Amino acid sequence: MKAPAIKIEHLDFHYKDQTQLFNDLNLNIEQGERFGLFGPNGAGKTTLMSLMTGLFSFTSGNIQLLGNSIKTKNKSVNKLFGFVPQDFSFYEELTPKENLQFFGAWSGLNKKEIEKRSAELFDILSLNVVKNKPVHKFSGGMKRKVNLAIGVIHQPQLLFLDEPTVGVDVQTRHEIINYLKQLNANGTTLIYTSHQLSEAEELCNKIALIDNGKIIAFNTLDNLLAKHKQNSLEDLFIHLTGRRFDIE
Amino acid sequence: MKLLATIQKDVRILLRDKMGLLLMFAMPVLLVVIVTSIQSSTFDVVGKNKIELLVCNKDSGRLSKEFIHALDTSGIFKILYINQTSNEKNIADEMHAKDIVIGVVINSSFTQQIEIKAKSNAGKALTSFGLEGDTVTENIINSNYLDLYYNPIIQQSLKLSIQGALNSTIQIIQSKETLKDLYFSINEKSLPDSLQQQLFTNNTNIKEIPLSNNNEKVILNATQHNVPAWTIFAMFFVVMSLGSSIVREKNSGSFVRLKTLPTNYFIALLSKQIVYLKVTFLQAFLIFIIGIYLFPFIGLPTLHLPHDILGLIIVTLICGWCAVSYAMCVGIFANTQEQANAFGAVSIVILSIIGGLMVPSFIMPASFKSIMSISPLHWCLQAYYGLFLEGGSLKDVSTNILSLLTITIVLQAIALLELKRKKFI
Repeated sequence: MKAPAIKIEHLDFHYKDQTQLFNDLNLNIEQGERFGLFGPNGAGKTTLMSLMTGLFSFTSGNIQLLGNSIKTKNKSVNKLFGFVPQDFSFYEELTPKENLQFFGAWSGLNKKEIEKRSAELFDILSLNVVKNKPVHKFSGGMKRKVNLAIGVIHQPQLLFLDEPTVGVDVQTRHEIINYLKQLNANGTTLIYTSHQLSEAEELCNKIALIDNGKIIAFNTLDNLLAKHKQNSLEDLFIHLTGRRFDIE
Repeated sequence: MKLLATIQKDVRILLRDKMGLLLMFAMPVLLVVIVTSIQSSTFDVVGKNKIELLVCNKDSGRLSKEFIHALDTSGIFKILYINQTSNEKNIADEMHAKDIVIGVVINSSFTQQIEIKAKSNAGKALTSFGLEGDTVTENIINSNYLDLYYNPIIQQSLKLSIQGALNSTIQIIQSKETLKDLYFSINEKSLPDSLQQQLFTNNTNIKEIPLSNNNEKVILNATQHNVPAWTIFAMFFVVMSLGSSIVREKNSGSFVRLKTLPTNYFIALLSKQIVYLKVTFLQAFLIFIIGIYLFPFIGLPTLHLPHDILGLIIVTLICGWCAVSYAMCVGIFANTQEQANAFGAVSIVILSIIGGLMVPSFIMPASFKSIMSISPLHWCLQAYYGLFLEGGSLKDVSTNILSLLTITIVLQAIALLELKRKKFI
């Protein structure tokens, strides 16, 4: 039996000098899922993602990634996943090729593997023309693609995506979403968060709604819509949280 | 592979930071050239260059002419004259107009006063020998021999040196007159020129021996003093680039990603240390090359490297490592680039002052001498001076190197503890 992609058990967490954000939080995400985490601003989405990627330490409980506890702080767990943060997380002075060389090495790849993967990613994400130009000259869409390429260079089994398409045009968004589906089809589990609910409907096959640090809904989108008699994710969100969702 | 890739990344970013490169290489070179030029001319004030002395001779006697001649041939002064009828205002105007810092008015009774003084001294001497001497009343004219005008900008030490030179010249003339009077009183004829020359020829032999650790001739000039000092200053000024680079990385999105990757951030810091150590070494190499090849072309003394080149390389590397460790500490503790830059720059200036780079340590008050040992720049300077000025070898500066290594290890430990506290490593 395959271990869950993510298993969160009895998780407690609070920021310094603040009230408890997560209290006995439990969550199970199976391998191969395209999981979407949604909620209003301040609900705890980014915090939960930071806890799952080891950026924050939690008070008590446990988080396992593909059967490996991240509490051991063993850096080898980090090899299993990729992370595409909302902020551009690369060196703007460098070219996409140079960024991939550096982050590829830090992800544990050797020179040959980096070259091979870089070539594949430049093709898939249409970055060949600009691969030798410094990133600071790029448009927002191009930068998003570089951000994504760095996150997947080591072909992780698990990919965390925090607003991966924010600020990009329709074509680029389509290109990125298609690539993510392709990755998932090849076995990568996606953990995704976004304010683009229509995009989420297109990409995610499992959804969790989070509010005030609590998971208030967790199922496939179809099941949730049927259960709550709603037509779209946006309607479901308003129905469950009682608020209008912030749409950028 | 990871370290190599990180070094490659850091070098690329550094090479694309034109402003940072300018700050690390062009500015120190400019600083060394300018400061050495200024210091060189200061060295020359008491060395080759003569001090311009404005003279207003209100005396028509022979001794004032002899006095001026003596000053002129002393090698210290370049005599410039002003009309004998000039008043205080005329002298001040002339000094301002011609940028002269010292002026002297020889009073009208100069010759007469010295003659009276000489006769009086001779008379007293004869009386003390049991012979009959003239009794001369000294207070016939009660005025100064000279009036000295000076620009308040001149250093007290320079003013005292000039006063000393003037007094000594007057003393010689007065002694000569006294001797002539004595000789005349005893022999009833004038002092022969040959004897006079023999008696007053300056035959004081002072052999100057600069401290040296070997038997080689030690070269002392502005270049030998300034190049090592400002090379150290340049090395420590990498704090502006390295400190900022660490803060920028810490505050950028890339740092978030680095923390999620299966590599310890220690590798990033190790890479930065290696890259910036190379930078400090290149800075020193460049400044030394300029001292050797460019300085002679612009009229400055050539830099002479120490005989122990291996020692020089090792000392340079240790100084560089200490500078890099300091910059790393600043970068790790600072929260913003502004903090890193401001604290980095000001602290380096303060450390260089208390370290003796800007003010020689021997003129510092005793309380400062104990503080200077906390400045890594002080130990760097002592190690370099040991090699450049005292002709020493690595063994001779081992105490300085040991102190420098101790400070470096402390800085490294502080940096690592802070990284651990912040959970970066």
